[in-house]
Amino acid sequence: MTHLALPSYRDQSPEVADRFARLKERPVILEVKGLTKTFDTSQGSVTALKDISFRTHQREFVCVIGPSGCGKSTLVRTLAGLEDYNSGEVLLDGKPVHGPGPDRGMVFQGYTLFPWRTVKKNVMFGLELAGRSRTAAEEEALQWIDLVGLTKFANSYPHQLSGGMKQRVAIARALANQPRILLMDEPFGALDAQTRAKMQGYLLEIWKNIDITIVFITHDLDEAIFLADRILVLKAHPGEVQELIEVPVPQPRSPSQFLSPEFLATKRRLEELIHPPGAETEEGINGDRLNMVRMVPVNAKVESVF
Amino acid sequence: MNKPWFAVRKELSSRRRTFLAVMSFVLPLLVWSLFSYVPFIWHPQVEIIEAGEVDYFRTGMLVDRAIFEQEKETMRAEGRELPTGTRTNPVYLPAPHQVATALYTAFTTEPQRRNEKWLHESLADSIQVIFWGFFLSSLIGVPLGILAGTYVAVSRLTEPFVEFFRYLPAPAFGALAVAILGIHDAPKIAIIFIGTFFQQVLVVANTTRKLDPALLEAAMTLGARNAGLLFKVVIPGIASDLYRDMRILLGWAWTYLIVAEMIGASSGITWFITQQARYKNFDNVFAAILIIGIIGLTTDLILAWLGRRLFPWQRTARA
Repeated sequence: MTHLALPSYRDQSPEVADRFARLKERPVILEVKGLTKTFDTSQGSVTALKDISFRTHQREFVCVIGPSGCGKSTLVRTLAGLEDYNSGEVLLDGKPVHGPGPDRGMVFQGYTLFPWRTVKKNVMFGLELAGRSRTAAEEEALQWIDLVGLTKFANSYPHQLSGGMKQRVAIARALANQPRILLMDEPFGALDAQTRAKMQGYLLEIWKNIDITIVFITHDLDEAIFLADRILVLKAHPGEVQELIEVPVPQPRSPSQFLSPEFLATKRRLEELIHPPGAETEEGINGDRLNMVRMVPVNAKVESVF
Repeated sequence: MNKPWFAVRKELSSRRRTFLAVMSFVLPLLVWSLFSYVPFIWHPQVEIIEAGEVDYFRTGMLVDRAIFEQEKETMRAEGRELPTGTRTNPVYLPAPHQVATALYTAFTTEPQRRNEKWLHESLADSIQVIFWGFFLSSLIGVPLGILAGTYVAVSRLTEPFVEFFRYLPAPAFGALAVAILGIHDAPKIAIIFIGTFFQQVLVVANTTRKLDPALLEAAMTLGARNAGLLFKVVIPGIASDLYRDMRILLGWAWTYLIVAEMIGASSGITWFITQQARYKNFDNVFAAILIIGIIGLTTDLILAWLGRRLFPWQRTARA
């Protein structure tokens, strides 16, 4: 990729620059200030997140990306309130949050639908807890199911659905609570490439049509660039913010942009950040090389694969 | 078409499954029949037909084959009349057809003494004892197990003692139970309770702990808290596994029934068995044992069938 003449990922067309200027004027939904978290293990304490700060504006789509072990899952779980933290602040609409709550919806990588509930009942779960009457909850749930295009499956059980459909139900279930923010922890990580691309399309459609702010964890660079307004790049050991990238690819997105110069420029930057050229010689791929010996017999018909 | 019968973890066609299930009963029956009807297999005794001149032989008497042969030799040597007989099995191994007849006649024969009970009355007594023992145990054991599996505090407070107590053999409490509760059904119910309860708490607690924690996390992000988590996630989430546990535990309760009825009992199926064994009606003994098995298997099949209807989301309800 390096020999291609690409613009800088910082170059933004006037429209894109204008959009980011307006985006930053929107109200702040989520503000993270100096978030630090350490785990105590038998080998001493490990800093998982160190001094993480960022802001997310209303209806913004933020992707969090980083090498494995950078604590991106820990970050989103902390935001959801499923993990506690040592210092710093997490503010939702300016108010600090403690513990999990329906104001922050979450979609997990594993399928977390309740297997004993039908699709409709799964989506009704949060509504029931919120004290909605049965008929009102049912009516609302059906609307959300319709939004993710699963009306035909409203009375099916999760085990009858494909992986992609399960995640669509999970999204509908989280959205039915009308959370301020939707946290997604590698939600499409377990899906095959084709389903994954479709799901990305669905998610952008949903995002466009409802008032929702999304924080999306992924390790897939293309996915991050395709979905995000801004990408929060973390680095590992300890998990720190490396850069907050404003994606220069114009909105609305379409799969045809995957080969646009802005897209490739952003991808090159992400590659540099996540797989820095220097690091690999020390302990990366070259560090633990396979110990290969030629094991092809001398009289083999195909001597070389080249 | 010709799939192998033995393939690791591969499903068989439903015809083969049925065939094998039937065979699992037919094979033991076949072995039993071989021993009962083929005269040269086993048959260690001889039933006397003609006593001959052996002074202590009587017609219909069973003697060991060796003794019979020895007496026959003696008679032959002395030139006296030889005894005759047919090879037979000991009285404690009745043939299948005898047990089959007994299965019917055990219900129709009047008890030998007036204070004794008919077989169906004995069975009803036993089933009642099991029901109350298991019901009372579950009434406390299931909620306690669920709480112990959900809250670490409850687990630490109860499980160490329960672990200790479950090693105390339930029958050991027999005398104590009789002393405290008298001689009727109460001590029997108490023993089934003791035998079931402590295992039940641990099994249910473990089942509860096996619930996928991701489901709890998902529920929390949807706004569920303490009671909501317990009643809307934990309990429905474990219900199908809990049901399976209860089926297994009910089987254990049957075992403890037999133990319980050995103690100061004058009713129930075990007492019927002991009584019939005393009269050497071994066909009735076998019939009664078979009836326990049939009741157990039938209950389990009904419960399994019911389970598939109760928990339609379970793909692998077949157990």
